Amino acid sequence: MSKAQEHNKAKKYGMVIDLDKCTGCGACMVACMAENNVPFKKDESDKLLSITWMKVYKLTNGKDFPDADICYLPRPCQHCEGQHSGHSPCVSVCPATATDYSTDTGIVSQIYTRCFGCRYCMAACPYHARHFNWWDPVWPAGMEKMLSPDVSVRMRGIVEKCSFCFHRYQRAKDKAYMEDRRELEEHEYQTACTQACPAGAIIFGDLNNPDHEVHKIAQPDPGHHGRPKNPNAFRLLERLGTNPKVYYLSSREWVRKAGDNYLKTEKINKH
Amino acid sequence: MDSALIPKGVQRCSLGKFTLFIGAVSAVLLWGVYAMLLCWLKGLNQTNMNDYYGFALWIWADLAVIALGGGAFFTGFLRYIVGKNELKNIINYAVLIGFICYSSALLILAIDIGQPLRGWFIFWHANVHSMLTEVAFCLSCYFGVLTIEYIPLVLENRQLNKVPFFHNLAHNMHEVMAVFAATGAFLSFFHQGSLGGVAGVLFGRPFAYREGVFIWPWTFFLFTWSAAAYGPCFTLSLTKLLEKVSGKKLVKDNVVELLAKISGWMIITYIIAKIADTWYWAAVTAPEGGFTLMDFYSNNPLYGIWILVLEIVIGGIIPGLILITETGRKNKFLLITAIILACIGVSVNRWVMVLQVMAVPVMSFDIWAMYIPSWQEVATTILPVAYGVILVALSYRYLPIFPQERELNPITD
Repeated sequence: MSKAQEHNKAKKYGMVIDLDKCTGCGACMVACMAENNVPFKKDESDKLLSITWMKVYKLTNGKDFPDADICYLPRPCQHCEGQHSGHSPCVSVCPATATDYSTDTGIVSQIYTRCFGCRYCMAACPYHARHFNWWDPVWPAGMEKMLSPDVSVRMRGIVEKCSFCFHRYQRAKDKAYMEDRRELEEHEYQTACTQACPAGAIIFGDLNNPDHEVHKIAQPDPGHHGRPKNPNAFRLLERLGTNPKVYYLSSREWVRKAGDNYLKTEKINKH
Repeated sequence: MDSALIPKGVQRCSLGKFTLFIGAVSAVLLWGVYAMLLCWLKGLNQTNMNDYYGFALWIWADLAVIALGGGAFFTGFLRYIVGKNELKNIINYAVLIGFICYSSALLILAIDIGQPLRGWFIFWHANVHSMLTEVAFCLSCYFGVLTIEYIPLVLENRQLNKVPFFHNLAHNMHEVMAVFAATGAFLSFFHQGSLGGVAGVLFGRPFAYREGVFIWPWTFFLFTWSAAAYGPCFTLSLTKLLEKVSGKKLVKDNVVELLAKISGWMIITYIIAKIADTWYWAAVTAPEGGFTLMDFYSNNPLYGIWILVLEIVIGGIIPGLILITETGRKNKFLLITAIILACIGVSVNRWVMVLQVMAVPVMSFDIWAMYIPSWQEVATTILPVAYGVILVALSYRYLPIFPQERELNPITD
């Protein structure tokens, strides 16, 4: 493939999260908040009002000791593609085109200055990945100096969500451009949560690139909307047709089963 | 004192009594305005909504008043397009109720959005794939149509009508009203439907998601149908309420019974379609997403199966059956029971299609969150009710809303 062709090839950035490695430490959540200037309140006890671009859920198998088992499941925005390009649950419903799907990167964006806060995207997202700014962000004295200059601070009355640290992609592209390159190396664009995870449970890259780790692990099947061929991999709510770009990995069947809803009489039939 | 403004040949209460009534309702209205200003100035943190209940009381109120206000477009359709001339005796009131409902809906929407000053973005940056965009366009246009339909009524005020220009304008507007009624019916068909589509296209939410025809889920057609079916019941219930408050008969029984009969048949046919939709959803659509029917109605303190029974049986089948039988329509108690149950039925439908949709956990490890509205939400929901009462009171007092009132209540002295 020529360089020009390589450059034109669409990326599909995605994530693989190994749930067998995740310890639930929350470093990804902290890194995400710090990286993306995510606001917080004095009292964060009501989690239904908290803004968590990356949220770690605790799952249990519901059994008693000694069979009890737990699993921590980090949940960023799933950057759904839907059944055809860009038909993400949220993108297709936004009345003001404030959220958009990039066919170049596969990333679902959020245009904060265009969002007028109707919250229809939140109604559409089954993952609760979208959060509304119920308050204007107020930072503790002095902390505003620590805010990232690459990420805009969001105002009251709009919806926000994980962007796969898109500013890092822009920065990497700028750097590559200055070095007369058009292609990024895998390590050049990595999300904050990926880099912060001490267990190395989060892997990020281009799902369309066979050389990238995410592609090798998830083995997305293009004939089935990117469904993973890896038998230990799964996506949240696969059968709803949201076609997310976040893949989860676990050797435990109950964890894989928890990723979707099944009728009591039904067996997992993923592949 | 204001007798010069009151239509000839009818009796009204004293101005003092009327002022006292308007003053009391205005106090409620001001309470709502205060809550509205709090929401605008301080933001939606004044509500008890959260990231699990981003759509809550207001959006229900919106959908409910639009469904109930559907009496305007459907009665207009029956009167001007189908040619049911008897309905000319209730169409003015239906238009007034519709006007109140739609202006209320727009007001509530203006409070409900997080950035009210950016509300125009829905038109400027319109996403043509979004059902909400269609709602916004049709809602605004139909409100314009209702305003055009309401203007001639205002111009028929005794004093205004003395001005030749206003008199002729009102007359000519009446002459071409069929065009606006047809436009209103067309617009309403789409926006009532797109309101149904708002929920039906949510393929990530198995409680709401419906299959359908091309881009239109079944709910698109069910919403239009139900608004046409139940809207007239709301017009009738408010007519009966006004008759009770004023102590006068305002509309002849044959008019009421005709509208009730049409509404009854619409409800019965709608409820058959609704049952078929529910059956297909419970047997096919939901299981494909891994859900059984009872997954949507259990393991939570509020959303039990009773809600489905209330909507379909008590608020649908029962009023429908009463209204299609002559005995039911002629019996005052049964008629009033039926129109009230119908209003409850359609309101419950709108409630579940917005609130339950978001409350039902979709991820297997998620929670059922509950929600109780804050006083600010309640006050701003009552605000349009108070505004509606004031507008009805003013219109009834000063405008010829009920053409049969004079005949039904002759002044003897």
